[in-house]
Amino acid sequence: MANDYIIEMLNITKEFPGIKANDNVTLQLRRGEIHALLGENGAGKSTLMSILFGLYQPTSGMIKMNGQEVHINNPNDANDLNIGMVHQHFKLVECFSVLDNIVLGVEPTKGLFLEKKGARERVMALSDKYGLKVDPDALISDITVGMQQRTEILKMLYRDNDVLIFDEPTAVLTPQEIEELMKIMKNLAKEGKSILFITHKLNEIMEVADRCTILRKGKYIGTVDIKDTTKEELSRMMVGRDVSFSVDKKPAQPGETVLKVEHMTVPSKVHSNNAVKDISFNVRRGEIVCIAGIDGNGQSEFVQALTGLEKMSSGKLIFEGKDITNATIREKSKAGMSHIPEDRHKHGLVLDYTLEQNMVLQRYWEPEFQKAGFIKNKAVRAYSDRLIEQYDVRSGQGSSTVVRSMSGGNQQKAIIAREIDKDPELLVAVQPTRGLDVGAIEYIHKQLVAQRDSGKAVLLVSLELDEVMDVSDRILVMYEGELVGQLDPKQITVEELGLYMAGAKRDEVPAEV
Amino acid sequence: MNEKGKDVLLSIGASLVCIVIGLVVGLLILCCINGENAVDGFSRILQGGFYLKPKGIGSEITQAAPLIMTGLSVAFAFKTGLFNIGAAGQYTVGIFGALYSAIILGLPWYLCLLVAMICGAVWGAVPGIFKAYFNVNEVITSIMFNWIGLYLVNELLYTGFGGAMYDQKTTRTYKLSAKAPQALIPDAGLNSIFKTSSTTIAIFIAIIIAIIMYIILNKTMFGYELKACGFNKDAAKYAGINEKRNIILSMTIAGALAGIGAGLYFLSGASEWNPQVATALPAIGFNGIPVALLAMSNPIGVVFAAIFVAHISVGGAYLPTKYFQPEIADLIVAVIIYLCAFVMLFKGVVINLLKKKHADKEGK
Repeated sequence: MANDYIIEMLNITKEFPGIKANDNVTLQLRRGEIHALLGENGAGKSTLMSILFGLYQPTSGMIKMNGQEVHINNPNDANDLNIGMVHQHFKLVECFSVLDNIVLGVEPTKGLFLEKKGARERVMALSDKYGLKVDPDALISDITVGMQQRTEILKMLYRDNDVLIFDEPTAVLTPQEIEELMKIMKNLAKEGKSILFITHKLNEIMEVADRCTILRKGKYIGTVDIKDTTKEELSRMMVGRDVSFSVDKKPAQPGETVLKVEHMTVPSKVHSNNAVKDISFNVRRGEIVCIAGIDGNGQSEFVQALTGLEKMSSGKLIFEGKDITNATIREKSKAGMSHIPEDRHKHGLVLDYTLEQNMVLQRYWEPEFQKAGFIKNKAVRAYSDRLIEQYDVRSGQGSSTVVRSMSGGNQQKAIIAREIDKDPELLVAVQPTRGLDVGAIEYIHKQLVAQRDSGKAVLLVSLELDEVMDVSDRILVMYEGELVGQLDPKQITVEELGLYMAGAKRDEVPAEV
Repeated sequence: MNEKGKDVLLSIGASLVCIVIGLVVGLLILCCINGENAVDGFSRILQGGFYLKPKGIGSEITQAAPLIMTGLSVAFAFKTGLFNIGAAGQYTVGIFGALYSAIILGLPWYLCLLVAMICGAVWGAVPGIFKAYFNVNEVITSIMFNWIGLYLVNELLYTGFGGAMYDQKTTRTYKLSAKAPQALIPDAGLNSIFKTSSTTIAIFIAIIIAIIMYIILNKTMFGYELKACGFNKDAAKYAGINEKRNIILSMTIAGALAGIGAGLYFLSGASEWNPQVATALPAIGFNGIPVALLAMSNPIGVVFAAIFVAHISVGGAYLPTKYFQPEIADLIVAVIIYLCAFVMLFKGVVINLLKKKHADKEGK
């Protein structure tokens, strides 16, 4: 059976103007295996999957299914070949039930009417067979992210898909949910489904995958058997050098309080409830305080209210002894607050501006960069060149590169350079490593720790458990808009943290430490 | 050549390709209407003002000045991410401002121009305020303001002020040369060069304003903020830029530019307003949109695009009425102008095409 490949992508090359996104890549998926696809951002994982899904046509190379060459010209062809995909951002209709979402597009009908009874039976049978617990009548908007994901998986199974592609499936899950997903994936493989698992989390690959194909800068690096390899080897193949996983840092030496949040409440934009409910805590110099929690528990709203992007409905903000509750964004920025925003494309960058224009986004009005309203181009260029050099931001044409054309990691580095170079008293970093590869993550963590060590305060908001545990000095867990726990990362386990994040455990959080 | 220079060349190339496509379609339509005389008619359109030298050139220049201004008005708003479809209304209100201050107040031309500018600015600011504070789409409000402006101006010019601005004999507003010569923009001898009566220094004023707009957009902090708002409103807010203020300011400036356009045209004595017949908004206002598109919102490009549009329009007027109804001229010109603008919407396709060719050449 060694040669029993269900999908073979042989010598795939895909060229875009000026860049080879895939350069002679080969990926062979065996029947019934879990095959991980590993690579840094921009390594060509998405392009490869888009080719398999019919969104792009390869410049050269061929795709074989069960040994026969196939041409996948559009996603419908992929569907016909029983290839299914769970996207990173689920494609579900919020106001439909689970069952309706599963049958959407292949609705069973009787005359002009829907015939849901048979569909329900089939869905429940599939659900039992693979251990995918769902409530078929619940609305998507009411169920957990984990159940939404199971709905997506059922969608593929309902369509008799044999090749299942999972695109970064664990990014939105709690540790408990991740464990369950791993079980489900193993189950699916046992039942003969073939799984392609796109990720950059090495732990998960080690746990669940049979084999792993590694891409680097569009090139095929190799395919390894997981049982014969180690995390270190995988990361070396992915990045091309050794990477340290643990964050090297001295114990924190907290000083005076920089930020005090008192009874902050922020209304939600999507529902009538409050997104942030009466939270109080403080952040001191020389420490990294991390707000942990599952996505959508009020962290974003909290940060927006803190930085001034949105208004809070009650509460107080004290920054270095001054009341900044009603200060504008610019005033807060001037007072010494830096903000690495959650969404670098929405808030962090003007993508159609050049790198140098983005580098001064928070400072262009300072006398250093303008005179009588005219921008001093030379000063801007010099400043930008210095940041590029110092923070190793790579781009095609240096300062005059349009930021849209840069890779995600370098865009993020540019934001970090800009925000840290402002020499802030408080650095608010929201998911600063989201979507980045291990090399860039390592770099960003070092910068955060360096900021802390120079006596500044850092407030980190993160969804990544490893990051929460490794980088922070103090963890605050946010659940449904409330702070439900203050934890010391050295004294708790990931599992325990997971219980707080899922709302299963809670303590009182002191307003001051 | 550096990347930026290449991009500029590509943009200009794309604009030229679009113009050619527009012209070809115009020629095809002429052929359909009257095949025999199509080529003759088409060559007259192509020659524009040069068909009837020097008078034609003079009127081309007169037409180009207000077009530059309305083109700038639309282009400036575009840069801030706003679609100022209200340039026609702002222009119309600007006409009233110019004529009122000229005929009733008897102000000199530069002050009349200022009043026209203020009137246009007010008419642009209102949709801006609605957009900034109530999030009402500026397209909807400015279209409504177009019509409110038009009928308001008609009413005021016809019966307002005891009809003091309305000449019963011509059924138009009084000719400025007769009633308010102090309000005429100086011609600096241009009228005698071109043997016309309304070729003034307006064109130079328009070009200078275009250069000022270019400097504001590209060299100043204000332009940096405006463009940041246009490209990414959220990032602008994140950077502490007051995006509400910028939306209002941008629409106000756009309105002011259209208002100046009205002043430049009417204070040159190029036309009088007929409040009883004018039930359509002035075409110069709307033609600002294709001009801005054709120029890819670049203020310097607007100057050239406006001259091109004026050139074609004037040429259209010389179509032989023996074979072509006078309306046909308008039709052809409109087809050419709007097709150019529409094709510009696909400029990405055109630019890719040009890039590919370029790459092929380099490959060989």
